[in-house]
Amino acid sequence: MLDVKAGDEQSFALLLHRYRTPLVNFLYRMVRNREQAEDLAQEVFIRVYRARAEYVPSAKFTTWLFRIATNLALNSIRDTRHQRMEVSLDAPVTVDSEEGDERPLDVAEKNPNIEEHLVQEAQREMIRHAIDKLPEKQRAAVLLHKYQELDYGEISKILSCSESALKSLLFRAYETLRVELAPLVALRAKS
Amino acid sequence: METRLLEYIDGRLKEKEQREMEKHLAACSGCNVRVNEFRSVSSLLDELPQIEPSAAFDVRVRARIAAEPVKQDWWAWLGAAPRILVAASMLLLATVWVGHRQPDGTNMANSNGEETQIMQDQDLPVLENYDVLANFEPLTELSQPVSADDSSDQEM
Repeated sequence: MLDVKAGDEQSFALLLHRYRTPLVNFLYRMVRNREQAEDLAQEVFIRVYRARAEYVPSAKFTTWLFRIATNLALNSIRDTRHQRMEVSLDAPVTVDSEEGDERPLDVAEKNPNIEEHLVQEAQREMIRHAIDKLPEKQRAAVLLHKYQELDYGEISKILSCSESALKSLLFRAYETLRVELAPLVALRAKS
Repeated sequence: METRLLEYIDGRLKEKEQREMEKHLAACSGCNVRVNEFRSVSSLLDELPQIEPSAAFDVRVRARIAAEPVKQDWWAWLGAAPRILVAASMLLLATVWVGHRQPDGTNMANSNGEETQIMQDQDLPVLENYDVLANFEPLTELSQPVSADDSSDQEM
């Protein structure tokens, strides 16, 4: 980021390449809409670019990046709460999908058993739904903890709360997920 | 202790805390069950597939960055155009020099002008009536005014 600050365009391209996938995935899991997630991710990169001159390496770059992303996602969720689409965009990928880069399709290709694939997809939808039901801040905490593997200090800075508040936030979130996903956990325990 | 279960699962506890937690879990079946269920939830979350940004994503970001207005640094701009810098300095010096010189001349002109104006103002009533007074008959019949020198002569 310091190279980007010094005006090195090539370094910005590297940042974009390195963080675009985790950022788009985080935002996608937050807002549950692929197009919106990409728009928000673009906005994050633009804000990083605009603020490059003022960047002070007092915190880790990822903390700064995901803080911008989290704030944008939370604002977007609040703005579009009333008109949120109920149709999941990462639900079964159709054959004529233009994207064709989601992994469920890959799994389907590897596994010719369509029934098994449908069961697997239904279970994934259950997991998505459980995450979706979490309050926004808990959802952000779980996503940053689970998928970005950030430490508690970083996540607490991103969410502007103390570490102890974050720990209880995460505990409550995992408790909710444990209850919501209990049937699935029991099913896995049997098999 | 409950809120530390996740730290324990994540392996983020210090060695001593880790041993204490293991001791607790051996005695507390409730926490033990919860740890196992949290682990199951965590592995369920691992099953969610990742998505890849669309092919157009990078292109859109780059296009938006290219459209960003370039911030102009005035000093850098002047440094890049030394002729303009020299010309601007000369103009500034000339302005200061002229500005410094002008007040003296102007002041003198003003003071002379003011004196003339005051004299004119004082004589104005007389001058305005000069023609009338010069041809005013009763006045011509009067004896000439006596000056101070004349009076002293007369006294003598």
